[in-house]
Amino acid sequence: MPKVKVHRTSPSLDMTPMVDLAFLLVTFFMLISKFAPEEVLVVDTPSATTEIKAPDANIITISIGNDERVFFGVDDKNTKLRLIDKVSEKYGVAFTDAEKQTFSTLASFGMPISQLKSYLSLKPDDMKNVNQPGIPIDSARNELGDWVQLARYSNPQSIVAIKGDQTAGYPVAGRVIEILQDKNVNRFNLITDMEAKPRN
Amino acid sequence: MAEIQQQGGGDEGGKKRAKKGSTKVDMTPMVDLGFLLLTFFVMTTTLAKPQIMEINMPVKPKDREEQMELKASNAFTILLGADNGVYYYRGLHQPNVGIIPALEKSDWSAKGIRKVVAESIAANPNLVVLIKADETSSYKNLVDILDEMAITGTQKYAIVELDNADAGLLRKTEGGQ
Repeated sequence: MPKVKVHRTSPSLDMTPMVDLAFLLVTFFMLISKFAPEEVLVVDTPSATTEIKAPDANIITISIGNDERVFFGVDDKNTKLRLIDKVSEKYGVAFTDAEKQTFSTLASFGMPISQLKSYLSLKPDDMKNVNQPGIPIDSARNELGDWVQLARYSNPQSIVAIKGDQTAGYPVAGRVIEILQDKNVNRFNLITDMEAKPRN
Repeated sequence: MAEIQQQGGGDEGGKKRAKKGSTKVDMTPMVDLGFLLLTFFVMTTTLAKPQIMEINMPVKPKDREEQMELKASNAFTILLGADNGVYYYRGLHQPNVGIIPALEKSDWSAKGIRKVVAESIAANPNLVVLIKADETSSYKNLVDILDEMAITGTQKYAIVELDNADAGLLRKTEGGQ
């Protein structure tokens, strides 16, 4: 009787479908991902049951941090370029082209306009270390109102969204809303987290 | 790893075969890289867009003449106080004519302010809810109460500045707790 040869199956396995799938997913995520710009101000938004999604573009974001600092951000690059021109005209601060370009890459910022020029001339690495004091909102130096107004002139389609931290006090939020009303922005949005609708 | 070349067996002794190079490529590094990228993109993408809540504020009246008087029977005021406190009263607060409503404490549960507002709205569809936030209240409470308005389907509501009379009423009730 001949020896029964045990047929050893090769331990290799065909990974092709797995690789296919992996690369399909890589491609998918690469295409849909839009890198979230670095947030200078961390905001933990309160939750609400609203189901309206934020629009994709043309948003003016006013962030209120838990330490009551107010930050301002515009998402569209061209709007930011127009905005910085209008601001430099109004406040008499001349920005160089390089500083304007830097400004157009900022997601949000929070400092008086007087400090903005020196901030924009910093190297990107140094910018992270700057402690931004927030945009002045008091009635004597209402720079936030000017930012909102000029940003809306720069892009009339833009909508205003307030992104407040849940622990922020009402006075700051109320003041921001008051500024918006002063500038005739009576329709605005509050950015919230998702929360399940209560069943009754 | 992926491909283990089987050696020995056949070509001992016998005919010398031209060694054919295996057509299989070791895919392991590619797979590694693929999954590394996959993990990276999965972790960095933010799929969920933030939710937003739409607010329409009334246009600021140019003078007091333009403001409409609110009937006391249609008024319902919610006061937001310190430590997530929420209080309400019905009718108007007019200390100069001696009308001082009773301030009642409520809470954020489903049986709290939501039930009160829902029942009041059902009883009187013309009800206007006035939301007055004290400076000790937090932004979260403001969003919460606006959310309650959405949940109860309240159409007419407004964020109104807290006046001194109401603030005094709030202090008194808070202090009495």
